Formats: sequence, structure tokens, C-alpha cells
Amino acid sequence: MTPRAGGRLAASARHLYVHLPFCAHRCGYCDFVTVVGRREEHVGYAAAVLAELALERPLLQDPLETVFVGGGTPTFTEQGALLRVLEGLPDAAEVTVEANPETVTPELALRLRQAGVTRISLGAQSFQPHLLGVLERRAGPADVRRAVHTLRDASFDNISLDLLYGIPGQEPADLERDLAEALALAPEHLSCYELEAKPGTRFSYAWGGELERQAEAMEGYLELVVERLSDAGYRWYETANFCLAKGCGAERDLRAQHNLGIWRGHDYLGLGVGGVSTIGAVRRRNLPSLERYRSALVAGREPPRELEPLDDATRACERLMLGLRLDEPLPLEGLEDRVDGDALERLAARGLVEARTLPGGKRAIALTTRGRFLGGGITAELVIWPRLAECGVEQAAASFGG
Amino acid sequence: MDQSRIRNFSIIAHIDHGKSTLADRILQLTEAVSERDMRDQLLDSMELERERGITIKAQAVRVSWKGHALNLIDTPGHVDFTYEVSRSLQACEGAVLVVDAAQGIEAQTLANAYLAIENSLEIVPVVNKIDLPQADPDGTARELAELLGGSPDDVLRISAKTGEGVATLLDAIVARIPAPSGEPTAAPRALVFDSSYDQYRGVIAFVRAVDGRFASGVALRAMALGTSFEAEELGFMSPTRTPVPALEAGEVGYVVTGLKDVSRLRVGDTLTTARSSAGAPLPGYKDVKPMVFAGLFPTDSDDYPELRDALEKLKLNDAALFYEPETSQALGFGFRCGFLGLLHMEIVRERLEREFDLDLLVTAPNVAYRVEDRNGQQIEVHNPAEMPREVEKIEEPYITASVIVPKEYVGDVMQLCTERRGRFDHMEYLSEERVLLSYELPLGEIVLDFYDQLKSRTRGYASFDYDLAGFREGQLTRVDILVGGDQVDALSLILHRDAAYDRGKQLVERLKVEIPRQMFDIPIQAAIGSRVIARETVKAKRKDVLAKCYGGDVTRKRKLLEKQKQGKKRMKQVGGVEVPQEAFLAVLNLDGSKR
Repeated sequence: MTPRAGGRLAASARHLYVHLPFCAHRCGYCDFVTVVGRREEHVGYAAAVLAELALERPLLQDPLETVFVGGGTPTFTEQGALLRVLEGLPDAAEVTVEANPETVTPELALRLRQAGVTRISLGAQSFQPHLLGVLERRAGPADVRRAVHTLRDASFDNISLDLLYGIPGQEPADLERDLAEALALAPEHLSCYELEAKPGTRFSYAWGGELERQAEAMEGYLELVVERLSDAGYRWYETANFCLAKGCGAERDLRAQHNLGIWRGHDYLGLGVGGVSTIGAVRRRNLPSLERYRSALVAGREPPRELEPLDDATRACERLMLGLRLDEPLPLEGLEDRVDGDALERLAARGLVEARTLPGGKRAIALTTRGRFLGGGITAELVIWPRLAECGVEQAAASFGG
Repeated sequence: MDQSRIRNFSIIAHIDHGKSTLADRILQLTEAVSERDMRDQLLDSMELERERGITIKAQAVRVSWKGHALNLIDTPGHVDFTYEVSRSLQACEGAVLVVDAAQGIEAQTLANAYLAIENSLEIVPVVNKIDLPQADPDGTARELAELLGGSPDDVLRISAKTGEGVATLLDAIVARIPAPSGEPTAAPRALVFDSSYDQYRGVIAFVRAVDGRFASGVALRAMALGTSFEAEELGFMSPTRTPVPALEAGEVGYVVTGLKDVSRLRVGDTLTTARSSAGAPLPGYKDVKPMVFAGLFPTDSDDYPELRDALEKLKLNDAALFYEPETSQALGFGFRCGFLGLLHMEIVRERLEREFDLDLLVTAPNVAYRVEDRNGQQIEVHNPAEMPREVEKIEEPYITASVIVPKEYVGDVMQLCTERRGRFDHMEYLSEERVLLSYELPLGEIVLDFYDQLKSRTRGYASFDYDLAGFREGQLTRVDILVGGDQVDALSLILHRDAAYDRGKQLVERLKVEIPRQMFDIPIQAAIGSRVIARETVKAKRKDVLAKCYGGDVTRKRKLLEKQKQGKKRMKQVGGVEVPQEAFLAVLNLDGSKR
């Protein structure tokens, strides 16, 4: 199934990610590959992305399942350039674009819809002006509500909202209010992230100490999020992701199919600066320099990249790490060698992991509800890591959006 | 060499009063060492010794001064090594007693002076560091004269650093210290006062020839052990090995024995020739018994064989080190080691880590206990986890402690000693400002943090020394620590009944801080037998999961989890609970002032 390293990689990716790095402003907590302003470069960048697509096309399998356009703020990209990219991408059942509320206009919404976009991921983060201020977000609560309505008007029926919790100064009551405000907009999907002070960010410099001090007080925030959203009929299908459950107003599977593919260990191709691909036994990262990316593609060459070989054992470990984030049982076939049996027994005895038998008698494991709150520690303990890391490589890489 | 031209002496001093600097200056002045080869504190050849400014192993060096051969036998300056001092002194006729002109007499000055007096040595008192601005040479000379019963005028004033007065001191050594007075023609006898091991030449004995003559190549016999060997080479240190055809009565030197097994030649034994008819051996040394014990465990259990080999090698040069295999449920395979004292323990540990590149976990130290069980059986217990639960009586070692402090700290020292079950013995004024306090204390109360407490409560002014004063019965009890319901053998300790509740409580509180929260609640209990006397709980984590994980950061997240797992590997598993190594030292970090 997985192609070997060396030689030409076989067509195996049914998931495509495109990184549009431009932003109006860089938020303090952000560690993604972003480029502020430079509107005059948007068109050239769009051409470069399409050129990279043309080079990498052989890696894509037809038909594609998902396309995800992330950033940056894709909707900040000059509209002509954005639409050129969207029109140049292959068709897929799910096409998601990330948007910031203040960039959503009726015209843009319509154009996106026309360009085949099926799903919008909206960076709301919070509905409290003082917390949005801490995050240096430009949109206010009214912008978020207006953006959702605008998207609905353009007949988008799959909208995801991003929320952040653990913001310095955030009280439990603030979080309750944010959740209630988000639910009032009836999004199909919610991503709720704990704010991380990523090393090297301006935010970490300004707020790192505060985040450490409040860590214990905010330890229960994820529980609160899960409880409120579950009560409202959302399925906690991944550690940080919730979708409207079937029977609770949804007839479709509203999980983010793009990310679901990644959590299930499928191959994916990433285009654009900072874009990451995992194809068979190789992970590649396009380096973050916009200039070098564009000039290479203008000259018809591959953009500068960093390659990371992934042996079978490493991929199996990642499969466990990612699969255990989901609420569905993880089949152990092909992964048995990487699971520490003693640890599994210990964790099961503590009610954190459950062994399951799938139809057809295949063995699987799943975290219990309590286990899912401790998934990091459990995974660290359960997995037999191939080599204990030469840690410290903190490569800033594009995220695959939410 | 004619005995009348030989002087054998030691330099004795409190730590940092300048003994090694003086030795260096003497070597320089007598041209035993060229300027070029001069390296500060040449006698302290181990890296660790130079770094810590202490001398661990005695060595002997011969220098020439105005037609005389002076043998300088170096001595360790720390309380733990009193026994090595005493064996060096037995090879001498005199001692240079060095006191820092700014510090005055300190506890080890006294201990060393008494040792020298016991050994009937001629003491040459010296006030050192007279070049320091805060020096009080006259006051210090008066203290010394009072201590030794002489006139302040007999006290020499020098600066080992600048060399001032050192030539006069050498003259005084020749003039005041008696020449050796052995029988040059009697059956040969030599005292082994130290030994070292050379990989190529085997055991090298440092000896003081007392009677007769030892010639190179002659068959020798160690009288106590009966070991026979050939004197492959004889010589003296100057300061490197300098071979001579013979060592004669009164001389100090070395013998290359060729013995490959260190246990066949004991320090304190008497050497004679195989054919001689020497009657009695020279008075030897008491066997030193280690009084402080601790478990040494490799952090990585795969290093156990390396640790065993390293201890074997250290033992070659350190007769006082004792070790036996120990198995701990919590810490795995290691060794229970016996030491002369805390500094000795610290030095052994550092040598193992530095010279043998081992990562070690050293448990909190404890003393040796003499235990009588219900059947009247006597045993010695070196490990609290091995203390029988039912005992008739327990005896613990006591010490006589001397503490010298400025008078304003007398109250603080008395309070500390009382807290540690000390019994006041006596107090005397050494000068108007400084007081000697003498207490009897259980050694078990000293081994944890007494010295640190003493220093911190007297702002570093107190000096401290002790002598063992035998075993006494004590109201002692074994306190066990349970983590997650499982007893942790490496955390058991023996406490006085009156202190057991308080200390048990402090210990579980401390462990609560040291043991990180895990995925489940962890009860931590202190218990006497089956009775729980203190309890704390490390609450379970409520969340331990990476917030966000998408295609672009899989590698980073994987590395974070690998790192998390690596952190776990460094911890010890106790019944499924991960216990960091530091927790095993928790007992050392209890806040003494709260007791």
C-alpha cells in the first residue's frame, strides 16, 4: 500500500492541502508560515502554487477525497489570485477554505461557493472583546456572527468555528459564554484548541509566564468544553474537534474529512510555502521562504524542501498517536509490534484504554472517555517508539487547518 | 642514611588553612620541584582533590634542607579522614600545626592537635596567611600557645602563599623535631602507612622503616597477614618515584611489591625480611569500620556491571570503602556501600561519576545499627529496609562532637544539638570571642543535614569535628513509605520514636512535591508497621493531551511524545507509579528548621 522511499513516489494521496500564507497582520500567538501584506505578490504566488501542483500531480490519486486551503488567511489573498488557485485545483468531495470573519463579504462567499468550496472553517477564537484583544485578533464578536450569516446566505451548509481556550485572563464564565455564543450560531463543526505558547512567538514572550501560572486553574477547561458541546448534541470525534452528531440535526457525516484522513494515517500532499506532504516513506516540508519558493517554480524546478524519511515503525507509531485521538476504535492490524503489552494492560486496568473486537474478529483499541483527556500521556506510555528522539527540531510548519 | 640527618613530619591543619599551599612552597624552596613543573598543590594529584581543595590520600615526599632529609607526609584535612591522619602521624616524629591567622583555631585544628599529642609528636605551631589584611597573627599565636601549653613566641608566623617565613619554618623543623631513633642493626621492621595500586607494578606500599635495613630485591614478609613477596624496587618520592638500593632505619619511602591482589597487604601491617627474626610487629591501626551507609544504584540498570567494576577499582586505592550487592524493588540492582563519613561518600560518588562516567542514584545515607532480635540474636543492620520489625533493642552509634563558634552563635548551636538529641558535655572559651562546645550526638542525626544546618545557622562561622563514641541503645523505630499502596524499600528510614510522626509527615509532604501528578491518584503514606502515621495524595491529572494535531505538525508532536516517554524512562517505576530520582533524596531535603 505504501510506496517505498527512493525512486519516484507512487500516486497515493487522496488529500490535498494548499497553503496561502498571506495575512493582514500576524497574531502574537501564531507560529505558522505567514506573510503579512505584500498584496503585489499574491498573483505570482498563486501561479507558483499551480506550477507546484502541475509538478506534483502524479502523486495525486483520482478522484481526490478532500482539498483544504489553509493559511495564513486564505480569504485575505487578493481575490483574483485566490479564485485562480481554487479553479486550478482538482475536484474533490470536500473542499474547505479557512477564513477570518472580517474578510467574509457576500461577494466573496458567493465566489467561493461558485468555485466549488463546500466547507468554511472560520477563525472565531473568542466572542469576548478583551480576550480577542489579548490574542491580537482583528475581528470582533459581531464580525463573527455577521460572517456566519453571510456564509449561510450564500448557502454554505458546512461551517466550522475555531475557538481558543486557556487565553490569559480567561475565567470559566468567559469560556461558558464563548461556548454559548458559538452554539447559538449552530455551526456544523467546532474546533476547540487550548492556546499554546509556542516557543519563539511574541505571545510566548509576553504571556508564557502567565500561561504557566494559570495552567492548573485551567486544567478543567477541556472537560467543560466537552461537556457543554456533548450536551448540545455534538460528537467529540477528535481530541479538539466536534461535529453535529447524526440524529441531532445532521443527516451527514460532518467530521472534517480532510483531517480525518490524516488522523487515519492516509497519505497527503501539501502545496505552498511551508506545505508538508506525507507520501509513503517520506515526509517533505517546503521551506518557508516565499522568495525561494516562487523563484524555483518560475524556473520550473521543485521548491527547496526538507526531507524526512519515515520507516514503517515510525509511521506505525504516528498511526497510533493520531488514531488514538479519534473516538472510533483503532484497528491494531500491522501496529501490534509498536504497542507495549504491559503498558496496555496497566492502562486498561486503570480504565483509560479499552480493548475492542471489531466485526470480523479484528483487534482494536480505544481510549475511554477519561482516557481521551489523558491521550498524550497514554500514547507516550503505550507506544514503543522506534528510537528515543533526538528532540529539539522545532520546525515551523504549516498546519493543516481546522 | 644517618638517622640524625632525617626528620619525618606531617602538616596538620583545618580545611583551607593552607596546608597544601605550604607543602607546595616547601617543595619549591627545597628545589624538589623546578619552577617549570610547579603546579599548585602538587601533592594533591587527584583532580578531585585539587578541585575541592582537600587532600584525600596521604602521600610522602622527601626534600633536602641544609644537609638534612625531610620527609613530608601529607595528611587529609577533613573529619571523615581522621583515621588516615592518625596513620600518617604514626610514621612521624613531629607535626607542623598550621592555623589560619584570620580564622584562628578551628575544630579540626583541635582534633589534629590532640591526635598529634596522642602519638607523642613534637608539634611546631605555625600561624599562616599573615599577609591577609584581616590576619591577627598575635591573637592566633596566643590561642595556639594556650592550646599547646607553650609561649606565643614559639609560634612561627608565615605566609605559605608569599613564602615569607617558610625557610625559618624548615630550620625549626630540623631544630625542634627529633630525629628517628630506631635500631639500624636490629631485625628490619617497617610500618605500612599507606598503599596505592599501579596497574603495571601492582601494590605499592608507602612505609616508614623503623629498624634495620631493607634492600632492593630481598624477600619480604608482611607480619600480620603472612604475605610474602619480593621488594621489586625501593625508593622515595621526590615527588615522583626515585629508586634507591635500600631503605634504612628512620627513612620513609615506598616498596614496589608486585602483588596484584590488594587484599594481601594491609595498611598498618609491619614489613620485615623473610629471613629475619623480628619479634613483635609494630603497633598497627585499628580496623576502620564504615559508619555511614548508602545504596548506590546505576540510573540505567544496564550499567550495573560497570558500577561493580568501578567499585572494585576504587577499593584498590581506598581501603576504607566497603560495598556489598543490594537489590531494591524500587531501584533494582546496586550496592550498599559503607563510608567513613559524608565527605567520603560524596568523594566516592563523584569519582564514580567522573572517573568511570557512571550515572548514579545514591540513596539517603544512614548509619550502622546493632540490633538484638527477640531471640537474643545480634545483627548489624546497614539498611533501614532490612531492619527487622520485631526487635528487642536497637543500638546506634554516638559521636563526641566539637563545635567552635563565635560566642554570639552559642545559643543557635545548642538549639540545633538539642533538636538532634544531643547531650551537652562541656563548653570552654578558647578566646574572648570564640567558644568550644562539646556534645554527644547520635551519628544518625548528623548524616542527613546537620552540617548544612550548622553552617546556615551560624552564617558559616561554625567549625565541626567528631570522634566516634561507641554504640548506645535508642528508642528507634522503622518508618516505611508507601507510594500507591506499595512499600518503597529505598525510602524506609530509622527514626527516633519522638520524631517519627513529624518526620513522617514532612517526608510525605516532600514526596508529594517531588512526585509529579500522573494519570491516577497516588496515595503517599508513612507507616510504622501496619499503622499509617501520615498520608498525602498526589491528585490525578485531569488533562494531558496535545491540543491540536494536523498534517503539518505530526513530526513535532511525535517528537514531543517521544520526549515525554524519555522523561518517563528516567523515572523509577514503583508499583506502576513513576517516581523521579530526586524523590529518593527527599529525606535529605526536609526543612530542618521546622523540626
